[in-house]
Amino acid sequence: MNILFNIAVDGLAYGMVLFVIAVGLSLTLGLMRFVNLSHGAFAMVGGYCAALLVREAQWSFWLAVPAAVAATAALGAVLEASVLRHLYRRKELEQVLFTIGLSFVLIAATNALAGPQVQLIPLPPMLAGSVDLGWRTLPAQRLLVIGAGLGIAALAAWVVARTRFGIWLRAAVDHDGTASSLGIPIRVVQCASFAAGAALAGLGGILGAELMPLEPYYALKYLVLVLVVVSVGGMGSIAGSLVAAVALGLIETASKYLASDWGSLFFFLAMALLLAWRPNGLLKR
Amino acid sequence: MNTPTVLTARATPRSEAPAQPRCAPPWRAPAIVLAAGALACLLLPDQLGLLTRIFIAALLVLSLDLVVGIAGLATLGHAALFGVGAYAAGIFALKVMPDPLLGLAVGVAAGAALALASGAFLLRYQGFTFLMLTVAVAQIVLSLAQKARDWTGADDGLSGFAVAPLLGRFAFDLEGRVAAWYALAVLVLAPYLLSRLVNSPFGLAVRGIHENRARMAALGTPIYGRLLAMYTVAGAVAGAAGALSAQTNAVVGLDSLSFALSAEVLVMLILGGAGRLYGAVIGTVVFTLLHHTAASINPYHWLFVVGFLLMGVVLLPPARVAAFLRRRLGGPR
Repeated sequence: MNILFNIAVDGLAYGMVLFVIAVGLSLTLGLMRFVNLSHGAFAMVGGYCAALLVREAQWSFWLAVPAAVAATAALGAVLEASVLRHLYRRKELEQVLFTIGLSFVLIAATNALAGPQVQLIPLPPMLAGSVDLGWRTLPAQRLLVIGAGLGIAALAAWVVARTRFGIWLRAAVDHDGTASSLGIPIRVVQCASFAAGAALAGLGGILGAELMPLEPYYALKYLVLVLVVVSVGGMGSIAGSLVAAVALGLIETASKYLASDWGSLFFFLAMALLLAWRPNGLLKR
Repeated sequence: MNTPTVLTARATPRSEAPAQPRCAPPWRAPAIVLAAGALACLLLPDQLGLLTRIFIAALLVLSLDLVVGIAGLATLGHAALFGVGAYAAGIFALKVMPDPLLGLAVGVAAGAALALASGAFLLRYQGFTFLMLTVAVAQIVLSLAQKARDWTGADDGLSGFAVAPLLGRFAFDLEGRVAAWYALAVLVLAPYLLSRLVNSPFGLAVRGIHENRARMAALGTPIYGRLLAMYTVAGAVAGAAGALSAQTNAVVGLDSLSFALSAEVLVMLILGGAGRLYGAVIGTVVFTLLHHTAASINPYHWLFVVGFLLMGVVLLPPARVAAFLRRRLGGPR
């Protein structure tokens, strides 16, 4: 019973981290048809910024996290506006080549600046302890991760469904040519959503630092997991990404607890079955 | 979206001579590969290990070109076919008999068998779904190899198998001379056979599926069957590369099944230009040499060099640079 509860909490937290990182990639894939393999590198940049700000610059955790997220968003916006937007019309394989090159450079840069060791983000005492729910105690950090993931899912759903920007975004996803001829500022939508995706990746990198240790090769190591979530959830679908991330997070955590010597077999088996069942995304027929 | 214009723009240069498809004589590419490879082996006798690695990687990238360049199926799971060939050849040498050519045949058969089995499932899907399913298949094979410790040695790697002298005469020496020439011989065979295959009616049908799937289906081409056959051939060649790697290194590690290897060979292929076979060889040579020199200059920061090179190739495609230079130097437009 206890182990099931642990699996549920850890799996949920893991799934939320995957969701927060993957939802940005899902949006850029759905919106710009841009295969951004440097998305994992954005998550790494966010995590590193937070770790260095808290540890080296002695900032408060609550101040460092928004600063790191903003820095990642700025990096994403600058890259999008200067280089990446010229690649939207290129072939997918060229986008893959470019963004892998970009990941390599970012990996080498973090390696040169911060060294190859694993970075820890020191948590404030409030998060380092555990919370007593009356019938169970939970690590506070897990609760924060789950809460943040749910909050972001709700926020993203609200932005996409209710705001003017969300209307523009959905129009651009459906058909960018028509959207732009209707007067929607398509460049602003693209740049802003790319920056938002990068910011979410950065936040995911910070939130997930305990589950996915921050090191220079982080950018490529967890890229596969994120791509899996995006493909199973369906490109451009927020709800699909959430369902896929939680399901796959639970499966991966359960197989780590119960059948660790099988490696990631069950994770990828589940992914293959889900994709074979719904090739366009879990929630799309 | 503007996909139709992209398609026509890509299709036009190929239809210049409608009467007869223009193709180089099938002996030319292997002759060039043989001459360049032999020259490199003779001039750089102390770099034979690196050369062997390049020959094997070129063979693997050639097989990837059949899938990505010819059939138009982007895959990130090609290492599975390579690794299965390597493990099959290693296990065959360990448990059955150490003859290298039979081991090579076993590697080829293993690669083709996995390609046939996985392709029968994978080829029902297209595009991004296909790409991610290839990743899944490769990761599943990797997990199984990790679990089957008795057969594969898991994290310790499969080692301890001896390889008998080639043709019963040439023993594999420590300098790697026999290994290099053996790998080169197999590599030279591949462009010959593959260019025959690619320019055959079968190969042209697969190219046609790449250009326009719906039109080829309307013409009566069995899409699924043709793609599956091409995928199986690619698996056989990748298995051959794996078997060569197992026999020349005398060890097979889990990294021969890894995602990193799949990504790296894809990068090599795109770097050299997909769909032309010779691009695969050029891309492999450029990438491996660059990787080697950058890593030997500074083992920590070689990723900078490779990363900037990859970005540069996309922003300034070699074809465009060549055209610019030709204009500048006053050559024919």
